[in-house]
Amino acid sequence: MNAPGGLHFTLRVWRQAGPDETGRFETYSATDVSPDMSFLEMLDVVNEGLTERGESPVAFDHDCREGICGTCGIMINGVAHGPMRATTTCQLHMRSFADGQTITIEPWRARAFPVVRDLCVDRGALDRIVQAGGFISVSTGSARDANATPIAKADVEASMDAAACIGCGACVAACPNGSASLFTGAKITHLGYLPQGQPERARRALSMVAQMDLEHFGGCTLFGECQEACPKGISIDVISRMNRDYWTAMLFHGEESSGNYTG
Amino acid sequence: MKLDAGIPAGPLHDKWDRHRFEMKLVNPSNKRKYHVIVVGSGLAGASAAATLSELGYQVSCFCFQDSPRRAHSIAAQGGINAAKNYQNDGDSIRRLFYDTIKGGDFRAREANVYRLAQISVQIIDQCVAQGVPFAREYGGLLSNRSFGGAQVSRTFYARGQTGQQLLLGAYQALEKEVARGGVRMFPRTEMLDLVVVDGHARGIVARDLVTGSVSAHTGHAVVMATGGYGNAFYLSTNAKGSNATAIWRAYRRGAAFANPCFTQIHPTCIPQSGHYQSKLTLMSESLRNDGRVWVPKGAGDQRAPHDIPEGERDYYLERKYPSFGNLSPRDIASRAAKEVCDEGRGVGPGGRGVYLDFADAIRRLGEDTIRERYGNLFEMYERITAEDPYHAPMRIYPAVHYTMGGLWVDYNLMSTIPGLHVLGEANFSDHGANRLGASALMQGLADGYFVIPATIGHYLATNTLPPVNESHAEVVDATRLVEERIRRLLGIRGKRTVQSFHRELGTLMWNECGMARNASGLRKALERLPALRHEFWENVTVPGSGSELNQSLEHAGRVGDFLELAELICLDALQREESCGGHFRTEHQTPDGEARRDDDRFAYVAAWEYGGASAPPILHREPLVFENVQLSTRSYK
Repeated sequence: MNAPGGLHFTLRVWRQAGPDETGRFETYSATDVSPDMSFLEMLDVVNEGLTERGESPVAFDHDCREGICGTCGIMINGVAHGPMRATTTCQLHMRSFADGQTITIEPWRARAFPVVRDLCVDRGALDRIVQAGGFISVSTGSARDANATPIAKADVEASMDAAACIGCGACVAACPNGSASLFTGAKITHLGYLPQGQPERARRALSMVAQMDLEHFGGCTLFGECQEACPKGISIDVISRMNRDYWTAMLFHGEESSGNYTG
Repeated sequence: MKLDAGIPAGPLHDKWDRHRFEMKLVNPSNKRKYHVIVVGSGLAGASAAATLSELGYQVSCFCFQDSPRRAHSIAAQGGINAAKNYQNDGDSIRRLFYDTIKGGDFRAREANVYRLAQISVQIIDQCVAQGVPFAREYGGLLSNRSFGGAQVSRTFYARGQTGQQLLLGAYQALEKEVARGGVRMFPRTEMLDLVVVDGHARGIVARDLVTGSVSAHTGHAVVMATGGYGNAFYLSTNAKGSNATAIWRAYRRGAAFANPCFTQIHPTCIPQSGHYQSKLTLMSESLRNDGRVWVPKGAGDQRAPHDIPEGERDYYLERKYPSFGNLSPRDIASRAAKEVCDEGRGVGPGGRGVYLDFADAIRRLGEDTIRERYGNLFEMYERITAEDPYHAPMRIYPAVHYTMGGLWVDYNLMSTIPGLHVLGEANFSDHGANRLGASALMQGLADGYFVIPATIGHYLATNTLPPVNESHAEVVDATRLVEERIRRLLGIRGKRTVQSFHRELGTLMWNECGMARNASGLRKALERLPALRHEFWENVTVPGSGSELNQSLEHAGRVGDFLELAELICLDALQREESCGGHFRTEHQTPDGEARRDDDRFAYVAAWEYGGASAPPILHREPLVFENVQLSTRSYK
């Protein structure tokens, strides 16, 4: 019998020894789970049991466990980060599940995110998209006074809404096309709303979008699944801004543009 | 071992400027001949790697996370201090310097702290230029909030995600340099040893966490920015992966470890909910701008908070510290919470909690204003506890958060091993015995953007560093030792999980070396630790092999090091027979329970030298000389 308040779950967990190995589902029981446990704490307890029995624990990525580092991320019953809206896997608690439920746990599924082991995937492609232009070129020491350029509060707030992206990759995993447009659009929007981001705006859009294609992310067909899955509630509007920046750059500026236009 | 802090001569405000002039420079065209190894990609590591690359050095940067953007700096919520005085409320570089020295209970170096306050101003400029979306007023200028231990408003912030935004700024600068070819990035790669050749740090041994392969990386200098060691307590606000292995391995190679007992217990964390608890979550100190901390006046009061009338509530911080009130510094607020809970007046399950109540602020400012200021923190609280803080007060309790101690460094941020530089939380230098809120981000970025780029050139320009490659005897030897340790961990095949050892270590440390310490408890811990360590090496079970992604193996190596470090923490706490900052010895307190410092005997930095596998560590003392501030009893009353 479970202790009072203890929940029981059947877990179907994707196990895969390495990138080139064949994966399969294994079934485990999670017993005596407290509703106040986080999803990852529940997995910790399962792993401790597996270790004690001499079996190999389930590998999953996690770090801060407060929803900000973007390391964790798994498909829970087919939903990126699980059933609770705007919540990372580490911030999901077992009170969100019904006692006795079967929970299917899989890694992010996307061509651009190869499985490393079990639930861990390689999201290096997201770093390479940032390398393509997700920055403002300002070397240390060359900045002028922080208050020299006033920035409208509304612009900073809109920039911050997009900058809140944690790079977890849920948007890619949720997208039927495996597109990284929400991620890329968020960075383009974060920097594009700020005066500092203007000089490189056109170049940034062109190169980041090109890199996205190189990394085998799919195209965006505006399904909108990404914004549903985003743990930071980033709106699909960032994709419109990305598209506008991209096409403006393509049509009016070309590769050499300074991107010096407003919007 | 000789400790020479190398503090430049001259008046305080002139030291850094004069020092920068006196240091040797590396010719621009020679910089590319130098290879600098940066370990860690948080605020200090990423800013250092990016800036060194911009200057022209070849940089290799290592992090154990899958991307440099995930380093734990990202979790800092509240803000970053800077002496901009945009609010015209009396702030100045000197005031930030003084607040930091006093906040650290007069256990930090004057010259380092003054430099930090000077640089703080440039940091904000740099971050804004990079596109960090700091909060602004309607006029478009930057907004500030107040933090503990200060009576001016000097904290810059980006909602409750300041660390994230600053780290993304540094990360983007780093990726810009990766794209340019100046930095080679090694994610999912963990440093497991330091390579010392002819007395100079010349490289690291690291394990590729995906393939398991162990290899050496050599260069002309090593910069470690690997964060703090709060996870020695198992439960802390640190990320699960945060660990002390890099600094501990460097210590065993000869880098002195300074003030290991100076650990910060943060007053506002969500209380533990069960034995399965894997970490504790911080609620930003900024909440104390508007939240009021209280407990019932009577012990054992089980009523719901709303049912407790105003007259039966004890707003104990406002009562005990009227001039700073709810914004008393962290160490003081934490101890006060422990005290009321020890009296049986704590709230929530187990009675280890106090209320942080926003009802007055909501009445005064409206729910919308509170939502705008703290919305994401309130949501996080609700997600974790299933309680709505707009309608019921938060329950909070102190938790291990930050370690002021770390590797000893001189004014140039170089450790006692020439060529090994240590930045950010991993060093000991700026926060004394207690760090003020919003000062960790400031220090990490000061070290990485501005200090190390200036000082490392002097080291490289003044030392002859013959080439060292992977086949050098010291390199081969260090690699072999790392491989042997991995084989040993995998070969024990005992009965206890790594997790269970870590948990036991944490409980021991929290009980005997936590918010209040005394000689008998510390001796008890010092007796237990060797036995626990012995059991670990006899009875731990680490499944799997070394040639694959093996998270149990990673954890085992880190816990093995925590088990050694814990002993040094306790030894240091035992020798420091005074109370200061986060180090509270119950034998040394005033009649009203405040910390009693002993400046005559303990105004020094305790720097520990590794004594070898079978000999105790050796204590060296760097006297702290105060020429610009008057040592006073720290009072927030």
